[in-house]
Amino acid sequence: MTPPRARPSRRHATKKRVASEDKEFFQLRLYVAGRTSRSQAALQNLKMICESHLQGQYRIEVVDLLVNPQLAKGDQILAVPTLVRLLPPPVKKIIGDLSHIERVLVGLDVRPLPRGAVS
Amino acid sequence: MAKAPKPRRIQTLSKAPTGIAGLDAVTQGGLPRGRPTLVSGRAGCGKTVLGLEFVVRGAVEFEEPGLIVSFEESAEELTANVRSLGFDLDDLCARKKLAVEFVSVERHEIEETGDYNLDGLFVRLGHAIDSLGAKRMLLDTIEALFAGLTNLGILRAELRRLFRWLKSKGVTVVLTGEQGEGAFTRQGLEEYVSDCVISLDVKLAHHVATRTLRVVKYRGSSHSPDEYPFLITDRGVTVMPITSLGLAHEASSERISSGSAAVDELLGGKGFFRGSTVLVSGAAGTGKTSAAAYLANSACKRGEKCMYFAFEESPQQLIRNMRSIGIDLAPFVKKGLLRVEATRPSLFGLESHLAASLNAVNEFDPAVVIVDPITDFVSLGSTYEVRSMMTRLVDHLKSRGITALMTSLDSTNASKSEEEVGVSSLIDTWIVAELVEVAGERNRAISVLKSRGMPHSNQIREFLLGPRGLELVPVYRGPGGFLSGSARRAQQTADDATSSTGNGS
Repeated sequence: MTPPRARPSRRHATKKRVASEDKEFFQLRLYVAGRTSRSQAALQNLKMICESHLQGQYRIEVVDLLVNPQLAKGDQILAVPTLVRLLPPPVKKIIGDLSHIERVLVGLDVRPLPRGAVS
Repeated sequence: MAKAPKPRRIQTLSKAPTGIAGLDAVTQGGLPRGRPTLVSGRAGCGKTVLGLEFVVRGAVEFEEPGLIVSFEESAEELTANVRSLGFDLDDLCARKKLAVEFVSVERHEIEETGDYNLDGLFVRLGHAIDSLGAKRMLLDTIEALFAGLTNLGILRAELRRLFRWLKSKGVTVVLTGEQGEGAFTRQGLEEYVSDCVISLDVKLAHHVATRTLRVVKYRGSSHSPDEYPFLITDRGVTVMPITSLGLAHEASSERISSGSAAVDELLGGKGFFRGSTVLVSGAAGTGKTSAAAYLANSACKRGEKCMYFAFEESPQQLIRNMRSIGIDLAPFVKKGLLRVEATRPSLFGLESHLAASLNAVNEFDPAVVIVDPITDFVSLGSTYEVRSMMTRLVDHLKSRGITALMTSLDSTNASKSEEEVGVSSLIDTWIVAELVEVAGERNRAISVLKSRGMPHSNQIREFLLGPRGLELVPVYRGPGGFLSGSARRAQQTADDATSSTGNGS
């Protein structure tokens, strides 16, 4: 339904990719509007969380809506910062500066303690 | 105030005309330009339709591109809905006069953590406004945000910022809101929009729904605070201001024939004034419809157009029945001079009838309009409502110089029933048909109760309805008073006998 969109800005794109077939790969997109302190905080928080819980199985792409306003439509972005989990499905959204680590993990469906993760 | 120190005149509030029939009259020019207007009402009141029409008409009629932001319906659904009002959204979008943005707020897929603002929405709306040059906008309904976001503190602060920002962009915004308990909207949107508030409602009376519109608030402008009925038809919204028509219509001194020499004779031999309103009242079977058919017949014979609203008979039935008194209306229907609109009065509410009638009259542009009968409307509303409707109908017809004939059924023979008293002041010429019961038979009698501005007969005349039409019978006034039917014939025979014997002696 969504029209083909322009490639998102990759200015802050951070790539960390390690081959690991047994684990799910997380493709994350962080929408911000300008380089505000809030957006910087969100990016810092996100990097920190990913490094400690999803090491080697994630990719973050940052979209600045002030640079690419037309991209707000595609992922139905209302609030900034918004983190969109594109992969694995289903698509999930977390809004806010991601300062509450537990809630971010719940939102991303990442189990904080891998040992307890069965089923 | 007249000696103001500033040389300039005081700028009155600039308004954006809505193009919606009647609404511009009620708001005295339209909605406040560059400011938000709140349209509130319960579900199904027509909020979205009103907002859509404002934006679409702005794009079509006033060269103001519009943005439709829907939080509830997708672009496809909206397009389909607007098509039923006669607007082609796809075409307008293709010509860059309109854009539709569907903002989806899905609570279940959003998690909130930490501080945020609604810049995403701002950026999106700003981009859409700027790329279109939008001057008008519909937000339908921004309350959806309350369902999607849980942090009310942030949300309320952001909404306040949103409307300030939209004002700074100079966009005329209509936002819809669901009516809440004891407040205009459930989420208190009126807190953010203090410029203009319009409240919509649907009222049920006698199982018939009437939509009403009221301008609750209009900062910086006078407006009419009354409640107005409105309709949603295939041509969009029509608001009917009760007081917009007045007594300013021209009065013609031209006379037109009623179509019946007998009736003309009662009216000083010349017939009705053109553009006057005629009421024919009487009991069942007194020939009211026949009188109406006479007028229709004579108008069509002169080559004038006639519109016949029949609320009791179908067009075929009417034409067949009128042949029995020597009037053939069928050729006029075929030629397009006569249009018979037959509906049951109970089919819709009073306001719908009025709007349908006015639309039909405006479209067909007749010289003569017949409403046969008006009595059945009484069952559709209170006396006040019926009177208000009749007033507007008569005013409208008079302002267009249309001669109108209405029939009214009188259950008693007294000709003073409530509904007539209600409309009698609107009527210029009032003809009463009666049944006079004498010596075991009912005879038809006709008289002119009033006829403004012309000399008219004061007699009650007996008349016959037959294949030769409506014929007046010479009056019999003798020592026994007014006689009709066989009593008259008997009396005449007796009189003749006495006079001949008198002559003979």
